[in-house]
Amino acid sequence: MGAGHAHRLYRHGHSPVHALPPQCKLAAVFCFVLVVVSTPRSAVWAFGLYAVLLATVAAVARVPAGFLLRRLLIEVPFVAFAVLMPFVAEGPRTEVLGLSLSVHGLWGAWNILAKGTLGVAASVLLASTTELRELLLGLQRLRLPALLVQIASFMIRYGDVITDEMRRMRVARASRGFEARGPRHWGVLAKSAGALFIRSYERGERVHLAMVSRGYAGSMPVIDDVTASRAQWSYAAVLPAAALLVCLMGWFL
Amino acid sequence: MTASLEVKGLAYAYPDGHQALFGVDLAIARGERVALLGPNGAGKTTLVLHLNGILEAGAGSVTVAGLPVGDRKHVAEVRRRVGIVFQDPDDQLFMPTVREDVAFGPAAAGLRGAELEACVRKALERVGMAEFADRPPHHLSFGQRRRVAVATVLAMEPEILVLDEPSSNLDPASRRELADILRSLDVTVLMVTHDLPYALELCPRSVVLSGGTVVADGRTQELLSDDALMRAHRLELPYGFDPRSVTVRG
Repeated sequence: MGAGHAHRLYRHGHSPVHALPPQCKLAAVFCFVLVVVSTPRSAVWAFGLYAVLLATVAAVARVPAGFLLRRLLIEVPFVAFAVLMPFVAEGPRTEVLGLSLSVHGLWGAWNILAKGTLGVAASVLLASTTELRELLLGLQRLRLPALLVQIASFMIRYGDVITDEMRRMRVARASRGFEARGPRHWGVLAKSAGALFIRSYERGERVHLAMVSRGYAGSMPVIDDVTASRAQWSYAAVLPAAALLVCLMGWFL
Repeated sequence: MTASLEVKGLAYAYPDGHQALFGVDLAIARGERVALLGPNGAGKTTLVLHLNGILEAGAGSVTVAGLPVGDRKHVAEVRRRVGIVFQDPDDQLFMPTVREDVAFGPAAAGLRGAELEACVRKALERVGMAEFADRPPHHLSFGQRRRVAVATVLAMEPEILVLDEPSSNLDPASRRELADILRSLDVTVLMVTHDLPYALELCPRSVVLSGGTVVADGRTQELLSDDALMRAHRLELPYGFDPRSVTVRG
């Protein structure tokens, strides 16, 4: 893993979406996802409209469709089981291309697929227009417990350090003629993982020492404060508000 | 004038019973640069961790510019006054960007806004790293990371700068650059090192710690030229290096 590891999700740009404060974007995405999952699954057209809304945001953020679609592939392993549902679910059955499928199963699969894809697409848009560090500041601003924010921020800082340490251990193993070729070698890998854990634990202690030496007393000092104006909040609210309208139409039409 | 650092009769045993320090006495005047020399296991790191109250003295006392270390009331102020630069910059630099890392100490002390920004910029300029402020630390070279580590501590305007093996793992050019920076700083320095030529280059005075006590304290050039002392405490000069032939800069 390269040095750019922490920023691979981010796509540099200067669009109005990039410029929004992170807490506005986080809140907007969260509300959008809530609205999407509470839409009745039978309102198929509503999901089409949600997709159009997201496509508009992507266009404003100048995130190309190809980029977005490639990132969406992350979802595949999670929805794989949705594909199985029409085959295994109970209830009345229907013929599709010569296969006997459950009607309930088909609706269930559609429900997971549509809502999952929209949720992932919204998150991908958020990640590609907001730097990781900013996301953390946003979460802090939204009053996520400070401890969780600190843990996440250390994960970002030390992810590369630990990956690098892992790589050095692998090189050291390989240099002494070790090659993992099957279950017989898992023991060695497990011991390496154990050693890595202990090293990281010790590093944690040294980092804590360095923090205490510079005046750390349990909470991170506020260095950057991201503030959002009323206009920025209302701009970010456009997405969930439009989605809410679609959702209500889905329930009442 | 009060000394920057005064250690009197300091003794310490680790909780497992291993005694590391047996009555250390050491005084460093303001503006002095002093090297702390000694073989592995002499108690150098243990001594350093006493200077800002991470370890609490079993016996004896430590005072920093007149302020007693170990008194719970003053712990924040003591840690601001004693800036420790640890050996591995990856341990020292724990924030996502260089700027935030340098800001950590002053922000913890309550500085905010433009004042904080100015303090960070000044500290980075002192080590020649101002243009790297927005980089993540792991994108920097090792030498650059070490310099930023020094800046993180300078930002707190310490009374005394304590460096643990400042020249370790540096290539000769980075080692020389760091020496130039350290020489340019107007601050008291205590430098723990095995790099004896570096000690001679930067520190007019050296203290040898061995077996948990101070066994020698004097002019660096004289100590390094004392073959019997050097041999007795496992101190060795690099091949071909003769401290007598070096003209020490003032």
